[in-house]
Amino acid sequence: MRYLPHTSEEIAAMLAAIGADNLDDLFASVPADCRMTTAWNLPSANTAKSEWELNDHMRELAGAMRLDDNASILVGAGSCRHHIPETVRSLASRSEFLTAYTPYQPEMAQGTLQGIFEYQTLTARLLGVDVVNASMYDGASALAEALLMGLRIGKKKKRVAISKAIHPHYRAVVRAYLQPAGFEAVELDLLADGRTDLSGLANLEDIAAVALQSPNFLGVIEDLPTAGAAIHEAGALFVACFTEPLAYGLLKNPGSCGADIVCGEGQSFGIAPSFGGPGLGMFGCKEPFTRNLPGRLVGETKDLEGRRGYVLTLATREQHIRREKATSNICSNQGICAMTAGMYMASLGGTGIAKLARLNYDKSEYLKDSLVRAGARIVFAGPTFNEFAVAFPTDFRPAYERLLARNIVAGLELGGLYPELAGTYLFCVTETISRQTMDAIVAEVRA
Amino acid sequence: MKELDELHLPDNIGYTDDHEWAQITGDTARIGVSDYAQDQLGDIVFVELPAVGDSFAKGDEFGTLESVKAVSELYAPMSGTVVAVNSVLQDSPELINQEPYGAWIIEIKPSDPSEYEQLHNAASYLELLKG
Repeated sequence: MRYLPHTSEEIAAMLAAIGADNLDDLFASVPADCRMTTAWNLPSANTAKSEWELNDHMRELAGAMRLDDNASILVGAGSCRHHIPETVRSLASRSEFLTAYTPYQPEMAQGTLQGIFEYQTLTARLLGVDVVNASMYDGASALAEALLMGLRIGKKKKRVAISKAIHPHYRAVVRAYLQPAGFEAVELDLLADGRTDLSGLANLEDIAAVALQSPNFLGVIEDLPTAGAAIHEAGALFVACFTEPLAYGLLKNPGSCGADIVCGEGQSFGIAPSFGGPGLGMFGCKEPFTRNLPGRLVGETKDLEGRRGYVLTLATREQHIRREKATSNICSNQGICAMTAGMYMASLGGTGIAKLARLNYDKSEYLKDSLVRAGARIVFAGPTFNEFAVAFPTDFRPAYERLLARNIVAGLELGGLYPELAGTYLFCVTETISRQTMDAIVAEVRA
Repeated sequence: MKELDELHLPDNIGYTDDHEWAQITGDTARIGVSDYAQDQLGDIVFVELPAVGDSFAKGDEFGTLESVKAVSELYAPMSGTVVAVNSVLQDSPELINQEPYGAWIIEIKPSDPSEYEQLHNAASYLELLKG
């Protein structure tokens, strides 16, 4: 299946078949006030650029940025820089996958379905759940859908509880999904060690689900088994969320810690951060909740001759059949991103993911220790993976600016997202950060 | 799919507009779906059952039937409290296709047994189906 635009002959033939004289006739049913009346803001045709000129223009724009391609970026906060193996780039750019990016005529695209099935299988193993869907748009929409799913299962309950250490953007998306539907998201405060305080849970009524992120936005690894027990004790479903799935190469996966629904951002697995998207919403759950799972699901089956084949399964729950009673309004998935994450997981293998996770942890601990020895303070005592919050004895901004001039982005200042943490910086250390870079940061702190 | 004159519509039960049936036995009533409903749905693959103790008003949704081509809500033909669910259906939902009147879905204790009188009998249900 290849994507090719229609020729003018094809357009004329289609218009003739429906009895329309021109394209305006075709769109006549669209109300006038819903139509665009202004002209496109595009350069006129006589300033059109040749391919060479366009490349120059793009290079110029790229040159105007404060960072170049070789920058060392120690900012994660939901979008991490990781090495992308060439196998992933090479496979994911094949036109069979890339142009047929989502299976609209699913069973025609057996290769795509098999690829997504393998993504689902590998993700289910990583997260420790029984079933994983063909993906959601991103981590934030996945969390919102997880909470809606919790509310469906919770029947008459109207509230959910979410940790304040969940990515602030995710919480905003959750509010956007829940509020208009008459649901409430109660936020849970943090303890001094950076973990979520669940002590008030027993006093909250009407809670269908409780969501925690681990490692959380501030980098701290939540005590999932203890949290899970408290959440289940309160009669709610346990939703575990993540922005860095690589952590589960080292940590116990959320499923084995008692999570009922596990969801989050899969961008770390072979997808470039770009300008903040596209991402990949990973989403899975325990078996008893399968029929409440939003989104598409690829299943393996046998054809009439007993040969292995792949199908979209449980589609009866979806909106094109079940209309307003559907499990979700999501009608697509991040096909090519899911495929890419599947290729990434298959390229590294279980051992590779574990080793890479260890490398992230070790590097992160190295920078943490070095900063502490240079007089900085780690804000939260809770254990971390590859991200942590740091407070400095004096204003870090001048050092930050000097490092930026040297192509190093030394963390994310937290005041914009957590005013109470103004002046503290969130550092993310992946395998892409060299020891020299970390030493340069420490030297600036000492200076 | 069956022609209307091929449908099995027993006389000793009451039918709803939504194709459920209710049968009174002593002080409880069993509830299922009609031959027409199972035939229209096709192969049923999953039954979502309520819990024993749940209460429903007449017309409330009490569960869902999922077939290979659709998911349909089940609506209570009478008000009452669930005293039993047919858990055999969890592993063998196809029983609803095979014996729609044997494969009851829930058993309730009606809060207003007179509601039974408002249900269709076989003849008026057939008229409804004929439109």
